[in-house]
Amino acid sequence: MGDLFINFFSNPVPMEAYLGVSLIMFFAGVYGFLSRKSLLMILVSIELMLNAADINFVVFNRYLYPGQMEGFFFTLFAIAIAACETAVAIAIIINIYRNLTSVEVGELDEMKE
Amino acid sequence: MAQQIIFFILAAMIAVFSVLAVTSKRIIRSATYLLFVLLGTAGLYLLLGYHYLFAVQIAVYAGGVMVLFIFAILLTNRPGENVKTERKDRRIAAGITSLAGLAFCGHIIYWNVNKMYTLVVPAEQKIQDIGLTLMGTDKYQYLLPFEFISVLLLACIVGAIMIARKR
Repeated sequence: MGDLFINFFSNPVPMEAYLGVSLIMFFAGVYGFLSRKSLLMILVSIELMLNAADINFVVFNRYLYPGQMEGFFFTLFAIAIAACETAVAIAIIINIYRNLTSVEVGELDEMKE
Repeated sequence: MAQQIIFFILAAMIAVFSVLAVTSKRIIRSATYLLFVLLGTAGLYLLLGYHYLFAVQIAVYAGGVMVLFIFAILLTNRPGENVKTERKDRRIAAGITSLAGLAFCGHIIYWNVNKMYTLVVPAEQKIQDIGLTLMGTDKYQYLLPFEFISVLLLACIVGAIMIARKR
């Protein structure tokens, strides 16, 4: 255990550490996606999962292909697409709330009033 | 040394707040925890040397997306109401699923990833290179996805207005 700490603090941060952080974030998102009923909480979980994927792109780019920029641009476009997706999803959620006064997934069994 | 300590603080912050964000009872609190997770992610980008992504993450996620979330929560949530969760057996099944996935991927990462890479080059990315790569049409350049993103943003704005307008 002591060796582990000395290694960690004297070498550069290993790639596994970054991947472990994004792994925890991703599976927290999976748990929230499966266990919550509110549409907004499901959207929060989706944001967590997308962020974990973004971290993975950037880390693989930095550690494995430091001279190239593919992971960087993938992350840039993923952030833009995530922003689009959130905007449309929140518009849909507000519309659902206006029609049904509820945002629970169990009560949404028809799309048209 | 300082880099490792900063990484440790950011990693602990991200792990704790992302678990809190999906287990919290109040939805506004979980949105706040999500904001901390996004800021920690921005810190990781800065630590990896991607300064432009740091700025984009702060501006788009911590700025725009979080404002959308806060507005949506305040518009759709009755005050003082807890978040509804699924039935208990489904929650247990979700926990088992995510723990199993965590164990599986963690096993793969722990035993295999350290054989893949050799060195770290924390080189600074010049903003000029980013601009030229984003605007070029050669191989490994990204003008076409950039234009697709702009069309997607336009479609998204029109769609959001169409969906959310009052009839």
